Amino acid sequence: MSIEMKQRPEKIRLNVYRFDPEVDKAPRIDSFDVPWVDGMTVLDTLFYVLEKRDGSLAFRYSCREGICGACAMYINGSHRLACETQVARLLDEGHAEVRVMPLPHLPVIKDLVVDMTRFWENYEAIAPWIVTRSADPEKEHLQSPEDRKLVDEYVGCILCGSCFSSCPSVWTGKEYLGPNALMKTWRWVADTRDSAAEERLGLVGNERGAWRCHTVFNCVEACPKDINQTTAIQGLKRRTVGAMLRGSKALKAGRKALER
Amino acid sequence: MIYHEVLVVGGGLAGLRAAIEAHDAGCEVAVLSRVHPVRSHSVAAQGGVNAALGNHPDASDDNPERHAFDTVKGSDYLADQDAVEILTGEAPGRIYEMEHWGCPFSRTSDGKIAQRPFGGAGYPRCCYAADKTGHALLHTMFEQTLKRGLRIYEEWQVVSLAVADGRCHGVIALDMRTGKLEAVGAGAVVFGTGGAGRIYARSTNNIINTGSGMAIAYMAGVPLKDMEFIQFHPTSLFGNNVLMTEGARGEGGYLRNALGERFMEKYAPKAMELGPRDIVARAIQTEINEGRGFPGGYVQLDLTHLGAEKILERLPAIRDIAINFTGVDPIKEPIPIQPGQHYFMGGIDTDADGVTEVAGFYAAGECSCVSVHGANRLGGNSLLETIVFGRRAGLHASTYVKGEGGARAKAGSEKVLAKVMADTEKRVIWVLEADGPEDPAGLRDELRESMFRNVGLFREEKGMLEGLDKVRELRGRYPRIGIRNRGRRYNLDWARNLELEGMILVAEAIAAGALARKESRGSHFRTDYKERDDQNFLKHTIARLTDDGPRLEYRPVTITRWEPQARTY
Ligand SMILES: Cc1cc2nc3c(=O)[nH]c(=O)nc-3n(C[C@H](O)[C@H](O)[C@H](O)COP(=O)(O)OP(=O)(O)OC[C@H]3O[C@@H](n4cnc5c(N)ncnc54)[C@H](O)[C@@H]3O)c2cc1C
Ligand code: FES
Repeated sequence: MSIEMKQRPEKIRLNVYRFDPEVDKAPRIDSFDVPWVDGMTVLDTLFYVLEKRDGSLAFRYSCREGICGACAMYINGSHRLACETQVARLLDEGHAEVRVMPLPHLPVIKDLVVDMTRFWENYEAIAPWIVTRSADPEKEHLQSPEDRKLVDEYVGCILCGSCFSSCPSVWTGKEYLGPNALMKTWRWVADTRDSAAEERLGLVGNERGAWRCHTVFNCVEACPKDINQTTAIQGLKRRTVGAMLRGSKALKAGRKALER
Repeated sequence: MIYHEVLVVGGGLAGLRAAIEAHDAGCEVAVLSRVHPVRSHSVAAQGGVNAALGNHPDASDDNPERHAFDTVKGSDYLADQDAVEILTGEAPGRIYEMEHWGCPFSRTSDGKIAQRPFGGAGYPRCCYAADKTGHALLHTMFEQTLKRGLRIYEEWQVVSLAVADGRCHGVIALDMRTGKLEAVGAGAVVFGTGGAGRIYARSTNNIINTGSGMAIAYMAGVPLKDMEFIQFHPTSLFGNNVLMTEGARGEGGYLRNALGERFMEKYAPKAMELGPRDIVARAIQTEINEGRGFPGGYVQLDLTHLGAEKILERLPAIRDIAINFTGVDPIKEPIPIQPGQHYFMGGIDTDADGVTEVAGFYAAGECSCVSVHGANRLGGNSLLETIVFGRRAGLHASTYVKGEGGARAKAGSEKVLAKVMADTEKRVIWVLEADGPEDPAGLRDELRESMFRNVGLFREEKGMLEGLDKVRELRGRYPRIGIRNRGRRYNLDWARNLELEGMILVAEAIAAGALARKESRGSHFRTDYKERDDQNFLKHTIARLTDDGPRLEYRPVTITRWEPQARTY
């Protein structure tokens, strides 16, 4: 994990994807030499370019500590958060230069800024909010630490879009909800406080949802927060089959029952 | 013209909470934010949020009154006590509400919301979701806005507030994706635009925390309050100043200098590492300044004795951050830390309903100053502030638009917006075309360094005068900046430098307020006036923008039941 302290080059070459669909006929790669600073991240190199070399570079950023999900990009052939990726680590992995591309398979707005509309729409489509059937207690719902653990991995998601961008079923199936929305469905199915588990299963237990996952595991590899979306999706499949065999009515109600 | 009954600017906790309340009160609401809501700074909050729930075995007799007293004492008696009582009194209800909305709080063994000790607090009352509390709260709040189907303008940056005759009519905003300026009319506008940490070097804040909301309000004639009170967090990572939550000390972490001493015993013998932030931060800086730090200027936050299990369960993000950015695994080695700028106690002058001097203009969250934090905020009280006062601002705004602010305001607003649009356009286009010799990134760095050095942890007249001179010099140089990119779409060069002017103006208000306050109180520590002076300075600073810079006025502090006492820990 940790980065070795060793002699580093004086500067590093940054190759970055450039495209303004309203102006440019085709994308291109621009290269910049960035002076070495110890601890420098890929996001730092982008800021260096923006402030010192080319003010027209566009990218997203906010927290610079890997929690807001703004800066997911395709860096040296992998999905990564630019703010968490130290250039030293890329060198230690054997790369000689830094190569930064936008999240693949999403429309480009400008340079590294992609259009996440479909990602957000899918997220919204699964009704990602708690549904309870009985009146709220006066204080908190009780939940044991063990039950809380069931959702721990999934609530850690930062909605960066890496998994979505990495999934072949997303690339080919326009209707497919994708790994993120499905994992988030599981987050609610697994939450002991939520009372709409089977309606949720009904919403995603179909070709638009869980059945479309072909367990390629790209999402798991792409996730910067080490979330295993595939396990969550397998959970959805298992539970859906169980509910089907039982002839669950709630399952059929699906989305309608989850209306706001 | 676009028009909304209630327009909320800011997709952080305060903004979204205000929007939800206004919606639930029957208003038509839209949220406008420069970043997607979940990218807002609130997502980065780590340690937790305070409420006297009494869930911890050591806190069975905790109550809102004790929470209020700790807050007032922590504020060094500058907080308005009536507002503090609202904050702590409404706290349990707001936390239960977040839980009912699905917030994944960590749990006690009997299934309740888990609470941990936090600095300056007499009881363990900081509710947490591991060390990702802000993330848990903001994602929950965002889910609730989705549930309500609220309209969100994503990546729209507000550049001015439309005010005429003491009434707010809407905003002018830059749509980043098209590069077009748009007038957005509104019956009421609520700012939840967050803090201004990036006016300082060594900030724990996210990169977008430039205080643009404070600056926009200030430029539109709304005064700023208590701007000289800047919180420095004791423990930010040496190197890039990412926060290492106070929760790390709440869980039992030690601070050690280069001699291996737990030096807090010299500064806060009872509270030790869990003294309030101003005191712990100054203690660390004193150790460093007096040569007991490590080379480069840091001390160590030692968690190694907590054991792997506790660290992995309660502080997983801290561990990841330390490993990612410094290569240090806190399970095995102490973390190198130094104080970093963290929070603005001051902000847009409001009351406890978010009401400002301008009818129909509200503010809540870190951009506002109610004031509940006074001269020093307690950890865990700021997330609380966003949900308590965000809600109250949304509610008041909705009452306002249903009454006097409604239809009548709409009729007049088109004209006002057209005029403000014309003025704004001139300024905005000027920046887009600016081709002077000054490098704006350089100006920004000079500002940040000077503020950290001259109006930082330790202050004295000479340094602050230098700081003020620097700000004025930068104000003079700003008109000669040049930018490199003249395209309109997603032009970061333009958008970032548009707000540089505001950063300079806000910095001037900070420095002027600090210079005029000849005492030490909370985070404002002067080596030339080391004592608190209630005789002359138990009062709020109000800064109004004039052509010659800030004009300062003062306002009394509201004291309900806690007379100022000496502040020892
Ligand atoms: C690292 C860190 C950890 C923290 N941990 C804790 C903690 O554990 N407990 C605690 O109580 N407090 C904590 N705080 C403080 C707390 O997180 C913040 O004070 C709080 O989240 C601020 O919330 P907000 O809603 O006021 O603003 P933010 O969350 O900052 O949201 C501001 C919003 O305004 C928008 N905006 C700003 N300007 C414009 C503009 N011009 N046009 C359009 N939109 C605009 C932004 O897009 C954003 O959506 C922490 C702070 C830091 C820096
Ligand atoms: S900037 Fe927030 S995740 Fe990278």
